[in-house]
Amino acid sequence: MSARLERWRGWWVDRLRLAPLGQAVAHKVVPVHRYAAFYYLGGMTLFFFVVQVSTGILLMLYYRPSADEAFESVEFIMTTVPFGWLVRSIHSWSANLMIFFAAAHLVSVYFLKAYRPPRELTWVTGCLVLFLAMGFGFSGYLLPWNQLAFFATKVGTDIAGVMPLGGEWMLRFLRGGERVTGGTLARFYGWHVAILPALATALLGLHLVLVQVHGMSVPPGAEEEAKRRRPMAFLPHFALRDLFGWTLALALLAALAALFPWELGEKADPFAPAYENIRPEWYFMFMFQTLKLVPGGELLGLEYEAIPILLFGLGGLCLVLVPFLDRGLLRRGRSPGFTIAGVVALAYVVGMTAWGYASWVPVWAALGFAVLVAILTLGTRRRGEPQ
Amino acid sequence: MPVEDGTPGPVPPARRAFLNWLLGGSATALLAAIAYPILRFLSPPRVPEAATHQVEAGPANDPEWSSRGFKIVRFGAEPVLVLRAGEGDFRAFSATCTHLDCIVEFQRDKQRIFCNCHGGEYNLHGQRVAGPPPRPLVAFKVDLVASGPGQPATVVVTKV
Repeated sequence: MSARLERWRGWWVDRLRLAPLGQAVAHKVVPVHRYAAFYYLGGMTLFFFVVQVSTGILLMLYYRPSADEAFESVEFIMTTVPFGWLVRSIHSWSANLMIFFAAAHLVSVYFLKAYRPPRELTWVTGCLVLFLAMGFGFSGYLLPWNQLAFFATKVGTDIAGVMPLGGEWMLRFLRGGERVTGGTLARFYGWHVAILPALATALLGLHLVLVQVHGMSVPPGAEEEAKRRRPMAFLPHFALRDLFGWTLALALLAALAALFPWELGEKADPFAPAYENIRPEWYFMFMFQTLKLVPGGELLGLEYEAIPILLFGLGGLCLVLVPFLDRGLLRRGRSPGFTIAGVVALAYVVGMTAWGYASWVPVWAALGFAVLVAILTLGTRRRGEPQ
Repeated sequence: MPVEDGTPGPVPPARRAFLNWLLGGSATALLAAIAYPILRFLSPPRVPEAATHQVEAGPANDPEWSSRGFKIVRFGAEPVLVLRAGEGDFRAFSATCTHLDCIVEFQRDKQRIFCNCHGGEYNLHGQRVAGPPPRPLVAFKVDLVASGPGQPATVVVTKV
């Protein structure tokens, strides 16, 4: 029996020329050092991405992208379709967890300086995939066609219209006309299920290939330790740990979806005032809160709100270009300036988010994360000191 | 000794440059001919909207004015806020916040027009009092038109 199975396996390996790939996987190792726990964040993000693709395809079977039917079709999914509530709630929860883990992945890679040569393009593609994920969030948010979605889209697209150059074209391009209508919904649906997935698959594919080509980056402070300790075989040890994390993530998703099904709200009405405490998804909160604080006025024909928006755009561009801006890391192997800039930016995002929600939870979460990093850094340092 | 093996002989540099230029130019023209219709397709056509000059906002004794103090009426595709500041004192403004396109409401208890999205605040003349809005709300003219003896007057909103 097992000989037959072996023959069958051999047939496929020969036809698909899998031998070199099998060799590569068998020899793939992951460095072991005190920061190695952060290697799992990317895989976790990937897991949620796979969940998004699977549940998204399922939702497409019932969802109808038109102003007259969208809200009703999501209502139908939530109330009538067997396990429809589960699929939609998982899709919504997993979207948020995916953004969270992608952001955590980015933050850890930033502070561990994993973007240094030759991994510049891994960083750039990763940043672009995160922006695409935010695009997924923004476009998917409109699809249930509820009040919250309607106003979020009005504001989000109007922000593009505030831009001094090409803003008006951008606004019409995003909305598919002057206003947020059923036409906008059809357009956002197209972005959400076709254009963004195509771009994300290509960029994510490149990102993952680059990760395989270059292997895991060892942070500058842990090189000695990684040399001393025996690396972990990817198969089976690292993969099994990944799998363990994914099982936990799946359980978390199921629990969240069952205990806190995603709300649907009220159907969008273009002739009703925005309701109290209306706000965007948590990952747009820091920008939303900033916009609230900028007073009204015009400077040389540029409305004041355009200034923070331009600065956020510039910030995003700088983030993508970090590997090329951080020259000190190349010359001296360290760049405390970038670490401080990262801390300041992170403090701004966390602080503004906390202010926006009038809650300390984001601050505690960030501090908890910092404490975890400190434990990983300091707790193992003395033990790891060379003899 | 040269062997006739089918490989083309050296091409004069000028001719090669010209051919490269021709090939590159054709490829660029081809790509442009594909990209241009796609770009045009992506930007939505401007659809003319029927110009609305005047709408009726209902009778002056509509219970919505006594309960909420305001109504949002359709002025073509545009929402217009019609509020009752006092007995027989109706005012109308564009309901679209000048900040980022949200729809405002009249808060009677605080005597202000307020946008819940980013906290923009206007007075009952549509002028900005606080928050991020860059401009005042566009005002509309309101007339109370008699409908007949014993009938409540009709609130008529007109573009200025």
